[in-house]
Parts: sequence; C-alpha cells; structure tokens
Amino acid sequence: MSQPIEFHPSFAERSKAAVNDAHLRQSFRGAMDFLQAKRRAQFPDAAALETLRDLGADIRRYALANLPALLEQLEAQLTANGVKVHWAETPDEANAIVLDIARRHDATRMVKGKSMVSEEVGLNHAMAAAGIEALETDMGEYIVQLAGEGPSHIIMPAIHKTKQQIAELFAAKLPGVSYTDNVDELIRIGREVLRKKFAAADIGLSGVNFAVAETGTLYLVENEGNGRMCTTVPRVHIAITGIEKVVAKLDHVVPLNSLLPRSATGQPVETYQNFISRPRQPDELDGPDEVHLILLDNGRTQAYADVQLRATLQCIRCGACMNHCPVYARIGGHAYGTTYPGPIGAIISPHLLGLADTYPLAFASTLCGACAEVCPVRIPIPDILIRLRNEAQARPGTTAASLRGSGAARTAGISAIWRVWSLIYSRLGLYRLTSWFMSRGRALSPTEQGAWTKSRTPLVPAPKRLRDLLRERQR
Amino acid sequence: MNARTNILARLRAAPAGVPVPAPDVAAWHAAAGDMDSATRIERFRANIAAAHAEVHDTDIDSWPALLCGIAAQKGVRKLLVGKDAPEAAALAARAGGDLQLVRYEKPASEWRSEFFDDIDAALTPARSALADTGSLILWPDARAPRLMSLVPPLHFVLLDAASIHTDLYAAMTAERWADAMPTNALVISGPSKTADIQQTLAYGAHGPREVIVLLIGGAQA
Repeated sequence: MSQPIEFHPSFAERSKAAVNDAHLRQSFRGAMDFLQAKRRAQFPDAAALETLRDLGADIRRYALANLPALLEQLEAQLTANGVKVHWAETPDEANAIVLDIARRHDATRMVKGKSMVSEEVGLNHAMAAAGIEALETDMGEYIVQLAGEGPSHIIMPAIHKTKQQIAELFAAKLPGVSYTDNVDELIRIGREVLRKKFAAADIGLSGVNFAVAETGTLYLVENEGNGRMCTTVPRVHIAITGIEKVVAKLDHVVPLNSLLPRSATGQPVETYQNFISRPRQPDELDGPDEVHLILLDNGRTQAYADVQLRATLQCIRCGACMNHCPVYARIGGHAYGTTYPGPIGAIISPHLLGLADTYPLAFASTLCGACAEVCPVRIPIPDILIRLRNEAQARPGTTAASLRGSGAARTAGISAIWRVWSLIYSRLGLYRLTSWFMSRGRALSPTEQGAWTKSRTPLVPAPKRLRDLLRERQR
Repeated sequence: MNARTNILARLRAAPAGVPVPAPDVAAWHAAAGDMDSATRIERFRANIAAAHAEVHDTDIDSWPALLCGIAAQKGVRKLLVGKDAPEAAALAARAGGDLQLVRYEKPASEWRSEFFDDIDAALTPARSALADTGSLILWPDARAPRLMSLVPPLHFVLLDAASIHTDLYAAMTAERWADAMPTNALVISGPSKTADIQQTLAYGAHGPREVIVLLIGGAQA
C-alpha cells in the first residue's frame, strides 16, 4: 500500500506541464521569494550561522555513527517509560502495525498531525481500505486532503494553492460554507470543523521531529496546535518516524531546533515544542492512555550502508533545499511524483522507491549548489546527485552498482557512446585525428541534437582546435 | 521482532565511516554568552510580544485583580483553573460577578464537549521562560493538565520574572531536565498560528487565539 511513484505521465511530462501552468508558477515563485527572504533575515550573522551549521551537522553525524546503539537505547528508555516501540521494514509492515493497534481499540476515527513518514507509507489509503477515517488536521494538509491531492512541499503542503482556490474548495466540499477568500475566516472554518474531529477521535497519529535516546523522549514542533491535539486528546497516540530521526542527548535538540524553523520558514521558533516521554500517568487528567512509536526503515538502511550516501540521513526535513532550488521553484512539488520533492527528495527517494523509478530526479538539477549552501546540517546534496547519476549509469555487476536499481538508466546507445569516448580519449593519436576531422567537418554537424536543440542552438565544433590555436600563438 | 533484528543487523553490517566526536553543545552555548537578568526580562518581553502574545506587569498580590479586569474586558465568562492549584485559591478570593471559575477535576474524556465548547479561558503557571525566543515553559501535571494551554481560546499564564532563562539550553541544564522528564513538557512561544494559506499569518489555528502573560516582578528588575 505504499504511495507509489506516478509512472504516467513521466517526470519529464509532469514538469513540462508544471512550467506551463502560470498559476502554479506564480504560487511557487511568490512563496519561494518570500521564504528565502525570511530565512535570510533570521541569520544576520554569517559566522554564527556557519558555527551553528557545523554543530548541527556534527549532532546528526554523531547520531548516525552510533545509530544501532542509539536506537536500542531509545527503545529501552521508551519502554521503561511505558511507550510501546514497534519496528517496520516496509510501508506495509508499518500500516499493519497501525491497523493492529486500531483494531484492538475498535477505532474508526483517526486524527493526524503532520507526518511525511505517514505520507511515505500511504497510511491514509491503508486506513481507508480498512474502514478507518484518517483525517489530516494540519491546515495545509487538511486542504490538500480535501482536494484529493498530496502535499507539494514538506513544510507547507498547500503552497501550490491560492486563497481563491482554497475558498472555492471549502465552499464546494464543506456543508453550509459559502465562498470567502478572507484567510482569517477560512482558518476559522477549518478550526471549527476540526475541533469536533479532535474531540471524537479514537487515535491520534503524529510524526516525530527528533527522538531522544538519552531520555526516551519524542520531540515534536509545530505552530498550529493540531499536533498537540493529536498527541493529547485521543486515548491512543501513535507516532511514526524513520529510524534516522534519533539523537543521542536531550540538549542536542537545542541547536537543531535553532536551525530548523529559521531554515524552514524563517521564523525564530515554532509556537509549540512538545516533549512527550510517557503515556498518561494515574494521577493525570489528560493525555493518551497508550503511546506507540513505529520506527520505519523503508530503504534507509540502504543509504546507511554507503558511507557517502549515509549523509542523506542527516536531513532534519526543513525544506530549505527546495525553497532555494531553481528547479523546484519552477516545477513545484507534485511534478516530482514522490513523497519528498526537491533536492532532498531526489537523493532520498532512490532508497525508498528504487533507483529505476527515481533516477530522472537526480538529473533534474543544474548542480548550482544552492541546496548544499543552505542545508542546516551540511548534506552535500550536489555530490550525492552526481553519485546517483553515476549509479544510474553503472554497469551491472560492478562495485559501482550498489543500489537497488543501479544501472537502470544504462542503455546500449549510451554505453556505446561512452565506449567510443573512452577509446578516443585514451589514445593520443586517435584523439588528434578525431579532433582534426571534427574541426574540418564542422559544416556537417547535425542541426537536430536531441534535447539540447529543443531550446538551444546546435553545438558546432570550433573551426580551430585548441592545439592549433596554441601553435599559432607560439609561432 | 524480526523487523527489529533485520534492521539492526543491516545497520551493524554497514562500514563505520569517519569517527565523529561527541558534539559539544555546552561549548557552543558558552561562546554565545549569557544575558543578565534585566536583559533577559527585556528580551523575553520583546520576543513574546513579537509572537503576538500580551505581557502585563504585575506583582504577587495584585495579579488576581489584574486578571479579573482583563477577563471582564475580553468577555471571559468561564475560566478554567487547576484542581488544588495555588493560583486557583488566590483567584477564588477575588473572582466573582460575571467570572466563573471552572475547576479541572475530572479526566478530559468525561467532559469533552463542555471543555471544548464552553470554556473561554484557562489560567496556568509557567515553570520558567526563555529570553532569546520569547517562550514559556510549561510542565503540565495534575494541577495544570496539558489541555489547559491548548483547548480554551484564551490562555492566561502566570510567570515569575526571576525564572526567565537566557535560552532553552540554559533552562534544560539549570533545571536538570534530562534527569527526570515529565510525561509532557511544553515550550510555548505565543498563540497558535498558521501561514498555510498563501503564507498569510492567521492566529488561533487550533489552539488559543490569545496568550496573555501576567509577569510577576518584571517591572522592578
């Protein structure tokens, strides 16, 4: 039941449609400019930012370097605190765990806080198939769910929609609601609808921003309060997260959360930082009777197995890489067809879904480096994109081919071109001869050069080779 | 348990990579420096106001009267207070007229519709606060349960100015959080908000629309 990548139309077709959608372009351009400016304003001291990024990267690298031990410590602490810990290798296993808990409680109504991992496993579909209403309660997620869509940004799910579109959606889908594009009024309508849902829900489901091994604490941040509703009001709370989200010490969340909201939305801090360590105790008057944590692999161990690709797992899901990506800004999140869009999506999705279905994403980058420049935990995204491009072309059976789907982009034609290329470039005489013919035969250059000439003039070899020019100069 | 075994086995089979020393959060924090008490109060005030919360100066004797005045002005009729909470006792002596004190005595599940629909405001103490982000630290317990700071549209918070820390790291270490975390600890920076519709900020998304801090001992400092 995992959320499948959309094969038809292809990534190329989807991105072409997106760049030709004027509304979408306007929504993303406006939002990206806004977010970039807000982030910049939050980090006025460049030196302090670099120090903080070093620390953030160290904290995440340290957690990954000790990941198996920290996961065991987290599990032991949470268990001692009364939280039930589950492990899932696949999306199906994760959904089965949630369903099992739901069945034990005869639950039919679930409210959800924002969780990208729940999107990743296709939880809403799995719940619907089992007759359980899984309702998104983050305003942006609620809007896209109402529209029958998925999020187009990991932090701002409804970023692709204008307020007029949302106003039309509410008027069409919510009984007794008439059209208004007043944002305060729209939020008030959402609040009223969702309050009743919180009060009536059997299960609250949430993600986790960081799981603290030292104390067995789930750390969640948000602005709206829906996350606190989901983790406090229903009698069962299920948190779901990737195995990489663990940190060693409680104080490690401080620098990470100094980076997170400022990098994500350019706000100094979120409204709510929620530290959950145990279910409701006998003398307490609210909070869930049961708290569960599901630790999901879904391909993360493949990234972990490679020292270079392991850096992918440092991610704290702020979305700054997409906010600053010239490709994402033009095609938006849906064109990627994956749960995680943008630069981080291009490097994490191959592990979740296999390289065969996702390698075009690694090529959808100019390698301008903006993503690595803003990444709060210093993930070398362009290096990893290049590595994935190489993986996609890797010859099967070689050591370079280490990932599920490695070599998927390799075709007989491209292989032949590279064989000829390496033959010419490794033999000096042949190289001189070929370049001589190319410069002399430049008039024969094809005017149709595949994707290159779709928007550019054809490439034509120079009339004189570099060695000819040098020889003239030295004369 | 199979998934657990498999995942841990795969992680343990991976190459070690470059060793990473334990991150030194304390050194980073020390380099940033601490604030003196007057600066902490001033920064807290400015930052939480920027996050759209109100701060009112008061003292240990006059806050109940101040609260009653604000409540009357805001049209608060039912104010939720903690069972056996000391601040509830102080307020009870003062409240009257249109302001009715409702005590949080039963589990939330037993009076959910009244709680969600009829309560106008709640009063809780803050354990401490943070200057650098303008945040309140709440440590919910039986006398100030978790939902008090979330469900009612208005949240009154009693804060002792002497308890304002420089930042979250200072609060965590001074209060020794890692030794004994409560069921739920909260760091709250203003009223509930969202910018999910066209990046337009709106308050009162799911939690309180207003947060009003009654700051005790902040004016003299």
